[in-house]
Amino acid sequence: MTPLRHTWQVALRYIRALLRQPAWIGISLVQPVIWLLLFGALFRRTADIPGFTSSSYIDFLTPGVVVMLAVSTAGWVGMGFIEDIDRGTMDRLLVTPIWRGALNLGSVAQSVLSIVVQSMIVICLSLAVGAHFHNGLAGVAALVVVAGLLGAVFASLSNGVAVLTRQRETLIGIVTMVTLPLTFLSSALMQQSLLPGWIQGVAKFNPVNWAAEAGRSAGAPNADWGPIASRTGFLAALLLVSSAFATRAFSSYQRSI
Amino acid sequence: MKILTTLSRADSGEARVVGIDVARDPERVRRSIGVVGQKPGLDAEATGRENLAMQAELYGLVGAARRERVDELLERLGLAEAADRLAKTYSGGMQRRLDIALGLVHEPQVLFLDEPTTGLDPEVRADLWREIERLAGDEEMTILLTTHYLEEADRLASELVIVDRGRTVAQGSPDELKNELRGDTVQVELAESADGNAAEAVSRVSGLSELAIDGRLVRARAANGAAAIPSIITALEGSGLTVASATIARPSLDDVYLRHAGRPFQQAESEDDEGTDVAA
Repeated sequence: MTPLRHTWQVALRYIRALLRQPAWIGISLVQPVIWLLLFGALFRRTADIPGFTSSSYIDFLTPGVVVMLAVSTAGWVGMGFIEDIDRGTMDRLLVTPIWRGALNLGSVAQSVLSIVVQSMIVICLSLAVGAHFHNGLAGVAALVVVAGLLGAVFASLSNGVAVLTRQRETLIGIVTMVTLPLTFLSSALMQQSLLPGWIQGVAKFNPVNWAAEAGRSAGAPNADWGPIASRTGFLAALLLVSSAFATRAFSSYQRSI
Repeated sequence: MKILTTLSRADSGEARVVGIDVARDPERVRRSIGVVGQKPGLDAEATGRENLAMQAELYGLVGAARRERVDELLERLGLAEAADRLAKTYSGGMQRRLDIALGLVHEPQVLFLDEPTTGLDPEVRADLWREIERLAGDEEMTILLTTHYLEEADRLASELVIVDRGRTVAQGSPDELKNELRGDTVQVELAESADGNAAEAVSRVSGLSELAIDGRLVRARAANGAAAIPSIITALEGSGLTVASATIARPSLDDVYLRHAGRPFQQAESEDDEGTDVAA
């Protein structure tokens, strides 16, 4: 009970701050919307490539954009921790009997909530420009769930790095160096079987790819739910590891001050 | 301070707060203490009430009990009217009071105040001093306060520890420490530079110690400063010197610091960041 209540208190704090600046959700949507509309239009003819199985590129691209927005939104979550540390709020919380895991999980919960809202908006927009989702709501829901899980993994990593480095510049550097390559080394923008062999090899171990594949096949005709479930499971396992890392980072922080 | 409040871990040694080992059972220590750090701990993007409500929840205070406690604290620290405004709109003094309220939510046995008045204007500082005196007096709370302001230590502390370069150099109540210096500082300013005659004249006055002459200033320590002044003036004028002014000072904590740390307080301040630690 206590862990849950404390997590909720931390989440509530970040959610309230987000709701007080709703413009932030709009700003963070600019990039995914540009990817969806402009990139989607630019590469519309991709669907004509022999071997490309989706009937339209926008059908294919939408899950990729949802996954990308999850990664990029979650990547910056650690900034909040750096600000809390700089201002002294974090030290105040650390001398209360707060359950340590709540600090990361509460912040992750807020980030997942905002990813879910952004995903819904992007999905609605994609429907408006002619994307199709098969398998009804289950397909859409599965996409949102894997995006949320992937976001939670990256938010935890971002928080952990933030607590260890406590420097905005370092976090910006690491996030930029990690998220963009991981996005391009996945099937977010191009069908896996059409990728160069070495990228296909790397993509097998890339969580961004797991989420893109699972989220996309959930909305494709004749979805095969087995691999979707196993990829979702991998992401959940990764979340356990990354949130343990973020929580452990606090012991290292407390030893260093 | 960081080690005692469980924020940081000690590399070696042992520390106990209210009888509990901080390394073995930090959780219990955290429930017994309130901490107001040097930096503001408040969440600037939340209202005063939200800040306190969250803090209360973290200590297990929920529902009506939480609401009651939060209202009580807002009232007592003069924040009731601003309770539903974002903390970032508060004045410096109000933010400091909210920080203290956050440390008091769970009615701790010991309150740690880490340089609570640094950077505050004099009016706000006086206001805070009254609140600290009230907590230590009416509520009989043990307060451990660190400060770089000696007059603050003098006013608030019932027990004082002076730490210089990480070493405890003196310990006792401010009065005890000042009385150890035995007597007042007497200072006489001459109209012109003192010469050998002056030193000789003053040294004949009985009951003076630590005589020092620096330019036009003649300084000495006397058990009773008021009684010593006329004899000093007579002695100086008897050797042809003109006295411009004379002052008597009760020993201050500055003198205590000078005596124990072996250098003036201001000089120590500029040399390193180690100041005075006070337990009230």
